[in-house]
Amino acid sequence: MLILQCPCCGVMADETELAAGGEAHLKRFGPGSSDDDFESYLFNRVNPKGVHFERWRHAYGCGKWFHAARCTATLEVFGTYSAQVTEPPQEIRDKISARRPGWRWREFG
Amino acid sequence: MKRYSAFAIAREALRHHSGWDRAWASPEPKKKYDAIIIGAGGHGLATAYYLGKNHGIRNVAILEKGWLGGGNTGRNTTIIRSNYLQDPSAAIYEKSRSLYEDLSQDLNYNVMFSPRGVMMLAQTQHEIRGYKRTAHANALQGVATEFIGPEKVKELCPIINIDGPRYPVLGALWQPRGGTARHDAVAWGYARACSDMGMHVIQKCEVTGIRRDGGKVVGVDTTRGAIDCDKLGIVVAGHSGVLADMAGFRLPVESLCLQALVSEPIKPCMDVVVMANTVHGYMSQSDKGEMVIGGGTDGFNNYTQRGSFHHIEETVRALIETFPMISRLKMLRQWGGIVDMTGDRSPILSKTPVEGIFLNCGWGTGGFKAIPGSGWGFAELMATGHSALCAEFSLDRFRAGRFIDESVAAGVAH
Repeated sequence: MLILQCPCCGVMADETELAAGGEAHLKRFGPGSSDDDFESYLFNRVNPKGVHFERWRHAYGCGKWFHAARCTATLEVFGTYSAQVTEPPQEIRDKISARRPGWRWREFG
Repeated sequence: MKRYSAFAIAREALRHHSGWDRAWASPEPKKKYDAIIIGAGGHGLATAYYLGKNHGIRNVAILEKGWLGGGNTGRNTTIIRSNYLQDPSAAIYEKSRSLYEDLSQDLNYNVMFSPRGVMMLAQTQHEIRGYKRTAHANALQGVATEFIGPEKVKELCPIINIDGPRYPVLGALWQPRGGTARHDAVAWGYARACSDMGMHVIQKCEVTGIRRDGGKVVGVDTTRGAIDCDKLGIVVAGHSGVLADMAGFRLPVESLCLQALVSEPIKPCMDVVVMANTVHGYMSQSDKGEMVIGGGTDGFNNYTQRGSFHHIEETVRALIETFPMISRLKMLRQWGGIVDMTGDRSPILSKTPVEGIFLNCGWGTGGFKAIPGSGWGFAELMATGHSALCAEFSLDRFRAGRFIDESVAAGVAH
C-alpha cells in the first residue's frame, strides 16, 4: 500500500484516498507549437524504472493537488512537495541523490 | 528434434523415459546475428518463429533477461478472444485467435487451446448498446459473435446470478470460438520450435545498451557481452520504456501493475470465460479447477510485479454479486505483471526513429490472446518493412491523431 503525506493538509494518506495524476513537470505546448513538441507533450512519457516525479491529488481528503517523488521499482517515497513548482525542490533532489547515488537526472520543463 | 506423439509416449514408457530430449538448447551467444529479438516472452518467441517459418530468417537470437516466459506470458489470465470494435484490432486479434486453433499441431506442442467460449456481460443499458454495436461490427469484420439475452447467459453459465440488485445481467456479447490456452505452453512450444530451426534462445542475458552508428542499430550490449545484429526487435512489454531510453527515444507508454489471482481448486462448475466489465472483473476455471480471476490495473507507474491489495479486494467484491458461490472460496495465490499502456489502449507494432529497430509493445492488459497474430505481423514487418496487419499500429499514429481507440470503444481494459 502506497502512503504519501499530503503537503497541503499534512495527512498521511494511503493510496485509496489519493488519485494519481500522471507524470509531473511536463512543459505544456498548445496551438502554434511544432508537431514534435505537441506530440511529446500530449503522449510521450519518461516512464522510468526508478526515480519518478508525479502529480497526485488528495481526492478523498483536502482535494488539493501536490507532487510526489517516488521510486517505481521499489515504491520507496522520497518525499512530497507543493504543486506550485515547475521542478523538484533542492531538498527533494538531495534526498534522492543520497538514496540513489549516480541517478541520471533529466532536465525539467 | 524428436516429434511428440502418442507413439513417442508409448516408446518412452517402455524405456523409463530415458529418450526425451531437452525441449530447447541453451547455446552461448554468437558474435553476430541477422536479427535479435529482445524478450523471450510469447510475442518475442512468436516473432522469431514466424521470421523463420514465413520469411526464412533463421540466424536469429532471442535474448531474455530472466527465464523464458517468466514475464507477462506466465502472469496473465489466458483469455483468448477477438471481439474488438475497431477494424485493425479485430483483424490482428482474429488472425491470432485463428492461429491458436491449430497452434498445437503447428508447433507439435500441446498448448491446450480450449475454445470454450467467452462471454462479456452487459450489466448496464449502456453496455447493451455498446455490445450490440460490437456484434454488428464483428459481423462485418468476419468475427463470429452474437448478443445473447440473460436466459441464454444463465444456460451457458449456471453459476451466474442474473438478478443481482446492483448490477443485474441484462445480456452478453458471446464469442463461442474464444477461450483459453495454457500460457506457459505457448512460450515453451514456440521456444522449442525456434530452437529446432537453429535459432538461439538465450536466457539470463539482459540487454544493458543498444549500440547505434549514424542513426542505425549495429548491436546490443548484454550481461553476456556485446552482440552485433542487422535488425533488432524490442518486444519487452512493461520494460519498453527502459529499452527505448537505451535506444534514445521516448514512447507514448506508461508501465502499470496488473494483478490476477487464483482460488483453491474446486470441482468443474464453469466451462466458459466470463468478463464483467462494468464491475471490472473476469473469471474462468482452469483445468486444475482453480478459479482464475483478473481485475483492473493499479493506477500509477509501477515496476514491482506486486500490486496493491485493495485492487484485489475491489475485483473480488464486485464478482461476488455476480457469482455468489465464490464468496467462501479461499484464494490460493496472487501475482502482478507490468503492463505497458498506450493512450488509446492499442498496441504499437512499428518501425522506430532508429533504422533497424522495430518495436512491438503496448499490448497493455490483453497481450496473451494476441501472441500468434502479433508474431505473425511483426515478423512480416521486420522481414519486409511492411505488414498489413501492423500498418495501423504504427508509432506515428499518435502524432497523426489516428488512434485505434479501443479504450473508448470498450471502456475496459483488455
